[in-house]
Amino acid sequence: MSYRTPLSNVKGLGTANEGSEHFWRQRITGVANLILSVFVVFAAFQLAGESHSTVKQFFANPLYVSLAIAFVLSTTYHMRLGMQVVIEDYVHNEGSKILLLILNTFFTAFVALAGVVSLLKLSFGA
Amino acid sequence: MGENKLRAARPLSPHLQIYSPMLTMMMSIVHRLTGVGLYFGILIFAWWLMAAASGPEYFNFVNDLLGSTLGLIVLVLCTWAFFHHMCGGIRHFIWDFGKGFGLDTVELMAKIGVVTPIILTALVWFFICQAG
Ligand code: HEM
Repeated sequence: MSYRTPLSNVKGLGTANEGSEHFWRQRITGVANLILSVFVVFAAFQLAGESHSTVKQFFANPLYVSLAIAFVLSTTYHMRLGMQVVIEDYVHNEGSKILLLILNTFFTAFVALAGVVSLLKLSFGA
Repeated sequence: MGENKLRAARPLSPHLQIYSPMLTMMMSIVHRLTGVGLYFGILIFAWWLMAAASGPEYFNFVNDLLGSTLGLIVLVLCTWAFFHHMCGGIRHFIWDFGKGFGLDTVELMAKIGVVTPIILTALVWFFICQAG
C-alpha cells in the first residue's frame, strides 16, 4: 500500500520536497560555463600579464564586461550547487551539514559580489 | 540539531576502497576534485579582479605575484583543472542524453577526457608565452 496523499502524487516531489531542479540547474549553469569559457580563454589571451590600463580598457567594452559578469554569476551559482552535493555526500552530522551549507552560500555569494562589483567599477572607470 | 537515534541499521553500499581502481572511476573522482579545486581556485580570479578595480599599484603587486614561478605553477594547475572539469562536464551532458553508455564508448571517452585537457592547457600557455 502507498502512504502518498493524492496531493503528493500530483506534485511528484518525493521525500526531499524538491524535484529535478538542482540537477537541472547544475546542467544549465554547466552549459553556460562551457559557452562562456570561449570568452574566458579569449580574455586570458588579451589580459595575461598585461598592464592595468590594458585591463581597464578591455572591460570598458560593454560586451566584454557583460560576458565576464555572466561568467561570474553562472560559475558561482554552479559551484554553490556542486559543493552542496559534495557536502551532502560526506557530512552526515546534521548540525555540521547545515553549517557548511550556509557557509557554502555565503562564500559563493561573496565571490559573486566581489567579482561583479570589481568588474562594474573597472568598467565604469577605476 | 538532534541526531536521529532511531536510524535503522541498513546495509551500506560498498565503499571506494573495495574496488580496484579503473580509469572511469578515477575520472569520476577527478571530476569532483577539479570541481572542488576550482571552487577555491576562483578566489585567485576574484582577487585579481578586485586588485584591478583597486588601481594600478595593487594590481601590479598581484600581477607580479601571479607571474612568479609559484604563481605560474598554480595558474597552470588551475587551467588544467578547468579544462579537465569542462571535458568531464561534456561527458556528463552526453550521458544525460542517454548516449555513450557502451563499455568501449565509456572507456574511449575517459581516455579522450585525460588527453584533451592536457593538450588544451599546453596550447593556452604556449600562446600566452608567445605573446610575451
Ligand atoms: C567549464 C565548464 C563547466 C562544465 C561543462 C561543468 C559541468 C559540470 C557538471 C555536468 C557537473 C555535475 C557532475 C555530476 O552530476 O556528477 C559539475 C559539477 C561541479 N562543478 Fe562544474 N562545470 C564547469 C565549470 C565549473 C567551474 C568553473 C567550477 C568552479 C569554480 C565548477 C564547480 C563544480 C563543482 C564543485 C561540482 C560538484 C562536483 C561533484 O558533485 O562531484 N564547475 N560541473
